Amino acid sequence: MVTKASAHSGHEQYTDWQGTVEELKGLVSDRALTGETMLLNMGPQHPSTHGVLRLLLELDGETVVSCVPDVGFLHTGIEKTMESKTYEQAIVCTDRMDYLNPMGNNLAYCLAVEKLADLDVPERAQVVRVLLAELTRINSHLVWLGTHCLDMGAMSVFLYCMREREMILDIFEMVSGQRMMSTYFRPGGLWRDVVAEFVPAVQAFIDYFPKKIDDYETLLVENPLWIDRTQGIGVMTPEEALSLGCSGPTLRASGVNWDIRKVMPYMGYETYDFDVPIGEHGDVYDRFLLRMKELRQSVRIVQQALNRLKPGPFRSNNRKYVPPPRAELGRSMEAVIHHFKLWTEGFSLPKGEVYVGIESPRGELGCYLSSVGENHPHRVHFRTPSFVHIMGALPFMAKQGLLADLVGVIGSVDIVLGDCDR
Amino acid sequence: MQALNPVELAQLTLKDAVQEVIEFRGELTMVINPARIVEACQFFKETEGLEYNFMSDMSGVDYYQHEPAERRFAVVYHLYSMIYNRRLRLKVYLPEDEPKVPTVTTVYPAADWEEREAYDMFGIIFEGHPSLRRILMPDDWEGYPQRKDYPLGYEQVQFSFNYDDIDRTKPFAKE
Repeated sequence: MVTKASAHSGHEQYTDWQGTVEELKGLVSDRALTGETMLLNMGPQHPSTHGVLRLLLELDGETVVSCVPDVGFLHTGIEKTMESKTYEQAIVCTDRMDYLNPMGNNLAYCLAVEKLADLDVPERAQVVRVLLAELTRINSHLVWLGTHCLDMGAMSVFLYCMREREMILDIFEMVSGQRMMSTYFRPGGLWRDVVAEFVPAVQAFIDYFPKKIDDYETLLVENPLWIDRTQGIGVMTPEEALSLGCSGPTLRASGVNWDIRKVMPYMGYETYDFDVPIGEHGDVYDRFLLRMKELRQSVRIVQQALNRLKPGPFRSNNRKYVPPPRAELGRSMEAVIHHFKLWTEGFSLPKGEVYVGIESPRGELGCYLSSVGENHPHRVHFRTPSFVHIMGALPFMAKQGLLADLVGVIGSVDIVLGDCDR
Repeated sequence: MQALNPVELAQLTLKDAVQEVIEFRGELTMVINPARIVEACQFFKETEGLEYNFMSDMSGVDYYQHEPAERRFAVVYHLYSMIYNRRLRLKVYLPEDEPKVPTVTTVYPAADWEEREAYDMFGIIFEGHPSLRRILMPDDWEGYPQRKDYPLGYEQVQFSFNYDDIDRTKPFAKE
């Protein structure tokens, strides 16, 4: 037990550390063990850690010497829970991982199930999926922008962002009945068709929203205070970002042009016309600019999806995986059997394993699904961008920076602790 | 540089380290001898024409009662090549009594925390890992929660009459 450590200057210093010295070795530098540098806990309850994240910081004055992230405070065993549910029931668990990107999580899981089952998705369902996935991206980026600015002391942006986000949540509620935990995408399509008010509501939003992006940019892009606090901070070169497993805006801000929507398109993303913004310096400011540009690109995609939304089936006609419409149950015995089987036992998938990666607002969201031929997943693993970014990019960028800049760095990688801990 | 066929090259260079090649739903899986996984990763990362330079994902799998005891655990590596835009899955099977595999953190630094997670959840030992500690579960947790023989469980409600009884057996972190 280390309760007292003598400082290099000769006088005695007290530390609050209750663990053993062995636990600390290798995590922090040897200077911390002699008391030359200071150990400081940031979190797990801290307004700028965006949830329950604990960082063990080693400080030399105001400079961060090392940063040891400690995650798991929000671990709820989602992967384990999913193994005990049928494929259809397990979708509910996916919303609850990354609570700012519920539709994206649904999408990753449904794509994995569809790939394993070799299930088709009708055109209309694909378009609605793309549309809602992009609205979810806007929703997530708005929360990111708001909280990032709040961390840096710009309170008003947060309020504006929440105002616009409310409109998106209303759209989610309109289609799925839920504002956040939508569970709207199902294997083979959607839970139900979108309601009639959906199209005008989305159109109203995308007509209104680009002007609001202008407002945010007016507040921040050329703001000298904002530039002072973000430019040249938390810099990552492309090689460093790649070796640390970064993806999404964090990687693209370093200048790597890699977007899964472009390189491995899913749900017909290859047919949409949009640009992938690329950063240059890989600092906090570039990541901010890049996400602002992504907001505009998402609006473009939503507009295109809205234009091509044609009437048609909203889920697959494969009755072995997708329940029959209610109207059929009164007429067809076979429909009753399918309905009964699907809602009691659920469907079984062939033996095998698949991996599907999608571009979530934070980066590559991967779903590894392994089946042994039963009616529930044998193993589901989510490769979540927040987990990779917290464990890899965050300590890397924190090192040699100032403690005050760490707040900006945490905000700029856009972490969600539910996504990290699952 | 032309993209090369990973299966042919691997069988030519790694020879018997490649135990099995599976293609399913357009995804390529290679089962590798666990002792030679580092060599295999090095090969796939550095060989020209393959260059799987990005580790997307890594996870453990428990095949309890679905595979014989000497193949109970598996570690699955998902590699991605940014240059040729394709994925590759490497898989190693590990025995039940000694689930040990060399760490690949030397080749892919991003495997660090994924290996810690696999250790935390399945008890798979990654030999040579710089700091193999629990990552998601509390440090004093007993057992490996995602093993199939670990009960799914729920927290029993404690009343005054059975408080101590449950406290003694409950698998949660204690002060």
